[in-house]
Amino acid sequence: MEMTMERMIEIHGLTKRYGNKTAVDHLELTIGRGEIFGLLGPNGAGKTTTTLMLTGLTEPTEGTAFINGMDCVRDTMEVKRTVGYMPDNVGFYGDMTGRENLRFTAALNGLEKSLAEERIEELLIRTGLSEAGDQKVGTYSRGMRQRLGVADVLMKDPEVIIMDEPTLGIDPEGMRELLALIRDLSRRENRTILISSHQLYQIQQICDRVGLFVKGQLVACGTVEELAEQTREESRYLTEVCVAPADDRFTEILKALEGVYSVGREGNRYMVGSDQNINNLLADTVLEHGYSLTSLRPCGNDLDEIYRRYFEKAGHDDGSSNGKVKRFISRNR
Amino acid sequence: MVAAMERLKGLFPEIAKREGEKKKNVGLWALFHKEMADHIRSRRFLLILGLVAVAGFASLYGALGSISGAAADNDFVFLKLFTASGSSIPSFASFIAMLGPFVGLALGFDAINSEKSGGTLNRLLSQPIYRDSVINGKFLAGAAIIFTMVFAMGGLVAALGLIATGIPPSLEEVGRILVFLLFTGVYICFWLGLSILFSVLCRHAATSALAVIACWLFFTIFLSLLAGIIAAALFPMDGMQAIFNLMDNYRCELYLNRLSPYYLYGEAVTTILNPGVRTIGLVTNAQLDGAVAGYLPFGQSLLLVWPHLTGMCAATLAAFALSYVKFMRQEIRSN
Repeated sequence: MEMTMERMIEIHGLTKRYGNKTAVDHLELTIGRGEIFGLLGPNGAGKTTTTLMLTGLTEPTEGTAFINGMDCVRDTMEVKRTVGYMPDNVGFYGDMTGRENLRFTAALNGLEKSLAEERIEELLIRTGLSEAGDQKVGTYSRGMRQRLGVADVLMKDPEVIIMDEPTLGIDPEGMRELLALIRDLSRRENRTILISSHQLYQIQQICDRVGLFVKGQLVACGTVEELAEQTREESRYLTEVCVAPADDRFTEILKALEGVYSVGREGNRYMVGSDQNINNLLADTVLEHGYSLTSLRPCGNDLDEIYRRYFEKAGHDDGSSNGKVKRFISRNR
Repeated sequence: MVAAMERLKGLFPEIAKREGEKKKNVGLWALFHKEMADHIRSRRFLLILGLVAVAGFASLYGALGSISGAAADNDFVFLKLFTASGSSIPSFASFIAMLGPFVGLALGFDAINSEKSGGTLNRLLSQPIYRDSVINGKFLAGAAIIFTMVFAMGGLVAALGLIATGIPPSLEEVGRILVFLLFTGVYICFWLGLSILFSVLCRHAATSALAVIACWLFFTIFLSLLAGIIAAALFPMDGMQAIFNLMDNYRCELYLNRLSPYYLYGEAVTTILNPGVRTIGLVTNAQLDGAVAGYLPFGQSLLLVWPHLTGMCAATLAAFALSYVKFMRQEIRSN
């Protein structure tokens, strides 16, 4: 993919150390023009540090990063002119209105007054803030502030947009609008977009390619399908079957099926590990034995699953709330 | 002067060209304007302005009360407006010496850390501006506000005094007042620099405000006590020793006191507003022998306080330079 596209972001051996801790470890990454790239990883994986180095806000310990041929360490001013950066938890001056905040950004970018006003008007409409534009930002909801953040980034008409956790804490409707907007920026206006996030589901919807980032290292990189394929080879198919009524007899029935390695049960959920895709067989079996099928879902094709596998491979174990489910899944593989 | 500059430019054409091509520092001025607007609109600044105004008018009222008695035996009546204190109201100069730190504090204590906690700092820095523009813009805007306020306040007090007394100031008096206001501006700028330093060092605005208040208390109250104690310990004044240690003791205490901008400002202002002050520091009887009692000319007064001005500017610059270096080296993390 990179071959056919003009290279917009090029990162070679990028490293950042804070004392003994290595936040980013020899990162290699190339992103083409007009691409949406998702940088995925758990909290503290070094995503924010990477974005900060790309925007020249933090100096890398080692390595180089180029955006549109400009060195992110040496030509910071030029880089900042072409790159729009939206930090996580983007902040605005609460006692200024949305319009005034944008006007200030325009002034910092040295935009001419008439051009700035024109662009502010256009962006407020585009982000759906035209009515709230003259309210103080202090009264904005989180979703509105996030949208104002997008407008703020677009004020300088950037070729590259870097967003740090843009979807954090937004309601589903707001999320849908934001994602549509981001996709629009890439597809219609050919801007290159780098999104860092730990919200896999949203990223999956809009990204051309994703990179999994664990402990400062990029452990996998490619399209969602490619990653699914990669992980498939080394693991078995895993299917989640929910039936009613659930009982132990059904576990035995499943175990007796051909090609089934393991069956685990939790309530009415059965996790079936097999060496090939046996969706049809499972469905037939359920009905044959007089159970009613509530749901049947192949696991492992969505980013969540892929991510989890890489995540486990990297030896990370966090005690989050879905840890129990993860253990349940892996035990029954 | 201008012609000389042009000729110099002619000698070094490449440098002159570079000057011309240099882009205007857009970010700095945008920030400067924004900070100015913020200060002027902020309730905090209005509060401080009100406080200073009330203090100014109160001291003027007090001064006008006591000035009528002193008018007969003093040639510099107009200056008395700033130095004379009423029955229980301190003079304008001493009011400013007390309130000045608060003005600086109010303008600067959350300069950097509020940007950080509000999450605006990294958004700001991702714009095409130099990093130092942020801190420079904040300091310059604060300083501009301070100087405007000080000169406006001084002018107002002088104008009201003029209406009330009807005695026009002489040229020398105007000069002395302007220098006094300049000193006041620099003095308050020192506190602005100090509060910006703490706003870089401390994560929370409340902590930095407390730190500046602690500094203010230390310099205005405790340092003079401490100076006395240290001087007494180094050069005891008991019995016979007093004869030998008298000068050293006094000198030591004076030098220690002068470390405080509060003392420095007080000393300088007294000298500049009171032509009767002929010396600062220690003078022996022998040195005074044969001196003609009279007023010190403006130039000589200025010469006397020149080191004070230098010291205060240096302290201001030191505070600002420290915060500058600290700010430039700080890691920009959102949390």
